[in-house]
Amino acid sequence: MNKVYATTAEAIADVDDGAVIMFGGFGSAGSPTNLILALAEKGTKDITAISNNIGLGDKLDTLCQNKQIRKFIGSFPIRATSQRPDLLYQAYLAGEVEIEVVPQGTMAERIRVGGAGIGGFYTPTGIGTSVAEGKEERVIDGVRHLLEFPLKADFAFIKAYKADTMGNLVYRMSTRNFNPIMATAARITIVDVEEIVEPGDLDPEAIATPGIYVDRIVKGPKHDLHGFE
Amino acid sequence: MTSMGLSRELIALRVARELRDGMVVNLGIGIPTLVSDFIPAGVTVIFQAENGILGYGATTADENEIDWDLINAGGQPVTLLAGASFFHSADSFCMIRGSHIDLTALGALQVSEKGDLANWMVPARRMGSIGGAMDLAVGAKRVIVAMEHITKTGEPRIVKTCSYPLTAVGAVDLIVTNLAAIQVTPAGLVLKELAYGVSPEYVQSLTEPVLIPAPDLREMDL
Repeated sequence: MNKVYATTAEAIADVDDGAVIMFGGFGSAGSPTNLILALAEKGTKDITAISNNIGLGDKLDTLCQNKQIRKFIGSFPIRATSQRPDLLYQAYLAGEVEIEVVPQGTMAERIRVGGAGIGGFYTPTGIGTSVAEGKEERVIDGVRHLLEFPLKADFAFIKAYKADTMGNLVYRMSTRNFNPIMATAARITIVDVEEIVEPGDLDPEAIATPGIYVDRIVKGPKHDLHGFE
Repeated sequence: MTSMGLSRELIALRVARELRDGMVVNLGIGIPTLVSDFIPAGVTVIFQAENGILGYGATTADENEIDWDLINAGGQPVTLLAGASFFHSADSFCMIRGSHIDLTALGALQVSEKGDLANWMVPARRMGSIGGAMDLAVGAKRVIVAMEHITKTGEPRIVKTCSYPLTAVGAVDLIVTNLAAIQVTPAGLVLKELAYGVSPEYVQSLTEPVLIPAPDLREMDL
């Protein structure tokens, strides 16, 4: 059982065209930048990307630049301001990509149930909005709810602070965000970490992602990215 | 026209007057972000950021203090207060969707007389970003909108029916603008407070639905 890979290229070698990939992170915090850059280098095409945001302090817009993304699912697909070119938005207007915009809580819960083997859930979020179009509705305790289905992926690309060689993970501060839930919802979970330690070196009480969810670990440099900039 | 009445800071100050000791509060992007600068004396509130922090403190521009692993939901570096905690996004929205957040302040493009909120998409752009707004509008116990009373081109933002795509139906409790504080009630929109030097007639002229003057209609106490 060796989960540690020497390079990002080896860790993502079987990520083929058409893959559905979850990317952890919120802005730059907790974004698996080394794996994203490796994917840009590899040139995998027709990707369905599931991520809270894109090009919002993270490096996912590199994949837009290379026209590697076919569909984006997330809560923050476009930016309100244009400090740098909004590449996904431009591709969307040109008809080159499909976008599914999802309320952030619905997205988190769809990923959570996807990882937990649950077939769906009802939520009042989105009732009376365009998010509800085509979805089953049900009144529960007098409140209208929408049926939402799980999100799963072929791969989850996530970022953690430290991993032990068994795949147990700890995160730093607000970098946790979508990473622990995405780790549960993909066939193969690949982790970009700052440091790899031996089993027993991490406090079991502090482990936020147990190693059962982690398939591959690769150590990489930490990038100097700034929030949403 | 939009320069009349309160500055963005004073709108935030008026919203902050709604904070009560012990509340857990989530602030949206825009004017609401400024609310944290005006917490009333003697009031302690706990700020929740949907990216996974409960108990964050002030934003910081101090190079020695900035840690880009510690940002709020607006992408700004923040500090931590004693008793803070971190959690993942599903836990964060358990707090939000499970009615554990006492108050949220959100920006808006339009609010209807029934309290419908539109704040995620300008139709001409054909796409928008929802972020946590739909969950917060539906899940928080109290929803306050902080916004300019009219658009840059002078159109009312408080309308009979929202023409922009909705964020949530019947979600808004209180609207605070540069001109007035308006409460959403089952009977309609009640004009509670006016900014200094602003008449009820002037506010009405820039508001599409009919406003019901509160019996105790008064100048905003700031």
